[in-house]
Amino acid sequence: MPEPYETPSDALTPSTVGKAAEADLVGVPGTVAGPDPTLAFEGTTGLGTGTAPDSRAAADGEVATPGPPVAEPGPGLGPARGLWQDAWCDLRRNPVFVVSAVLILFLVLISAWPTLIAPGSPLQCDLADSRRGSAPGHPFGFDSQGCDVYTRTVHGARASVTVGICATAGVALLGSVVGGLAGFFGGWGDALLSRLTDVFFGIPMLLGGLVFLSVVRSGSVWPVVGFLVLLGWPQVARIARGAVIGAIQQDYVLAARALGAGNARLLLRHILPNAVAPVIVVATIALGTFVSLEATLSYLGVGLKPPTVSWGIDISAASTLVRNAPHMLLYPAGALSLTVLAFIMLGDAVRDALDPKLR
Amino acid sequence: MPENPQPTAADSGAGAPDDVARVEAVMAEPVSRGEPILSVRNLVKHFPLTQGIVFRRQVGAVRAVDGVSFDLHQGETLGIVGESGCGKSTVAKLLMNLERPTAGEVLYKGEDITRLSGRALKAVRRNIQMVFQDPYTSLNPRMTVGDIIGEPFDIHPDVAPRGDRRRKVQELLDVVGLNPEYINRYPHQFSGGQRQRIGIARGLALNPEIIICDEPVSALDVSVQAQVINLMEKLQDEFNLSYMFIAHDLSVVRHISDRVAVMYLGKVVEVGTDQEIYEHPTHPYTQALLSAVPVPDPSGRDQRERIVLTGDVPSPANPPSGCRFRTRCWKAEERCAAEIPLLAVPERFKDSDTPAAHESACHFAEEKDVVHA
Repeated sequence: MPEPYETPSDALTPSTVGKAAEADLVGVPGTVAGPDPTLAFEGTTGLGTGTAPDSRAAADGEVATPGPPVAEPGPGLGPARGLWQDAWCDLRRNPVFVVSAVLILFLVLISAWPTLIAPGSPLQCDLADSRRGSAPGHPFGFDSQGCDVYTRTVHGARASVTVGICATAGVALLGSVVGGLAGFFGGWGDALLSRLTDVFFGIPMLLGGLVFLSVVRSGSVWPVVGFLVLLGWPQVARIARGAVIGAIQQDYVLAARALGAGNARLLLRHILPNAVAPVIVVATIALGTFVSLEATLSYLGVGLKPPTVSWGIDISAASTLVRNAPHMLLYPAGALSLTVLAFIMLGDAVRDALDPKLR
Repeated sequence: MPENPQPTAADSGAGAPDDVARVEAVMAEPVSRGEPILSVRNLVKHFPLTQGIVFRRQVGAVRAVDGVSFDLHQGETLGIVGESGCGKSTVAKLLMNLERPTAGEVLYKGEDITRLSGRALKAVRRNIQMVFQDPYTSLNPRMTVGDIIGEPFDIHPDVAPRGDRRRKVQELLDVVGLNPEYINRYPHQFSGGQRQRIGIARGLALNPEIIICDEPVSALDVSVQAQVINLMEKLQDEFNLSYMFIAHDLSVVRHISDRVAVMYLGKVVEVGTDQEIYEHPTHPYTQALLSAVPVPDPSGRDQRERIVLTGDVPSPANPPSGCRFRTRCWKAEERCAAEIPLLAVPERFKDSDTPAAHESACHFAEEKDVVHA
């Protein structure tokens, strides 16, 4: 009977723990060339994040410390961190995140207080200025009604950013909670959800918008937000469901369950961090879609209604006149693109920060 | 040929007391006997096969585990071997209560743990832990090593006071031979062997009595396998652990096990001490399995007999009648199709003192020294 794992058994008693390393290697040559391949194999893993001295990393595969059970904290050993702290540390140093966060903060700021940078009223127009280009005090020029494009673009941020952020947040939250729970628990609830999402996928966005929103008299953003969430969540729910089903089959979920972890812990600590990435990607891309969808709905007369000021309304009004007065389209459309870009960059940075392998 | 071997109580297990005495006399190293810490009685797990999308109806069942019984004693290592798909891992999941058995009992210190839930189950989990096969999927890639090994303490807060946990985690890292300063690293920064050590440290955290190892080294390369196996043996001595060691590598199982159970298609076909199984196998399947172990010595290789089985493992959804191995067995006769052989000491060895007198589920059990042939 071949015995490739012969090891002097006395070398494995607790009193000689320190020698176990050598014992391991003595026992191995029957199957591999010698101790060197072992060390080389383990040594390749000493990739440091710079937190621990790597001198010990080379020999870490072995029982390295025969001394007291707790090693004195090394110089690079900071406080214990988790995924979220690590992600935050990573984000703060990521220029993409900083730029997009500053941009988004600025957008939120001018949405709340547009008069900070545009003291005029967006509804104070003079037909005499219709479609005029940029003029002193009016850097972006005037639109068909003779309103100042700069003022309208700044004031339009509120409606567009509200629609974009609220609809995205609603879709992401509703979709990932419903889809995630369906994927986690499975069974008839999951089957029901899958058929329900099929039904929602069958409704065309524009036709649905015309039907649902034409009965609403209010000119505020909330019916539009509600409609976008209603038709948008199934997409996120499907993606979240798939991601959760993918994560739930991993052994680490089984391991946590074997430790006695409850459903809440499994979902929040193990499945959520591993399933959130595709949801973030889809949600940030959807944000741009929602802002432009709001524009389309407003153009069709069922979204926001004048005198509400929004980028969508301005873009649709300008789109027919793009050859005569391109500035009318350029500025609100540019603001919209910048907003979408900021959110996509933010989503990208967050997703990368939550993946330790990319650090 | 022995007619109708007498079934021992509930078949398998450690057998009748007089068997135990004989086994002890034969065995080289004495293993403390007495009350088993874990005993499995007639464990059955059938996975239903369903048809239809909305209205599902059961059209059959995969009999992954079909009446398995064995005992595990304090400080002992029970090896379970068998080819892929024979139900080894399902047994592990059943013991861990990760699956509900279709029938049968898992008695931990006399208490059936398969019917437990909630608080009582959580309490039992403290004493039975598991090391997983694949060190790449068994550690959450988005948790630091400190969080992974510390999670048992979060789930069972009474094991370690909050302020003490970090020290405990570092202690565990040290016990499994990893640098305690790696606490803030992520699993992907480690090699396979190191990851498996992290998995072992997590299993040890709650100070369990039993560790179920589901092919803990089969994903590792051979040199690292030896390190991990030696580490596990060291830990067993240190903490008086009982291992249930599942593997398909017969040499590894022989090295670490005190007793070995051989599984085929959801059933245990032979149980005995490592010497009994490896030197004196009586079940044809065990003999075939052993004859497939690679022999490093070229001259010895020519001398030994190689038993090559024909055909595939039958589908566990539709297992053969009678003896499950009969479709591939060179000894099979009509009786094998009609009568299920019970796992018991074969009649012909019943009164002999040879190491061949161990439990074997074959009508025509006879000794055949394949390894030294």
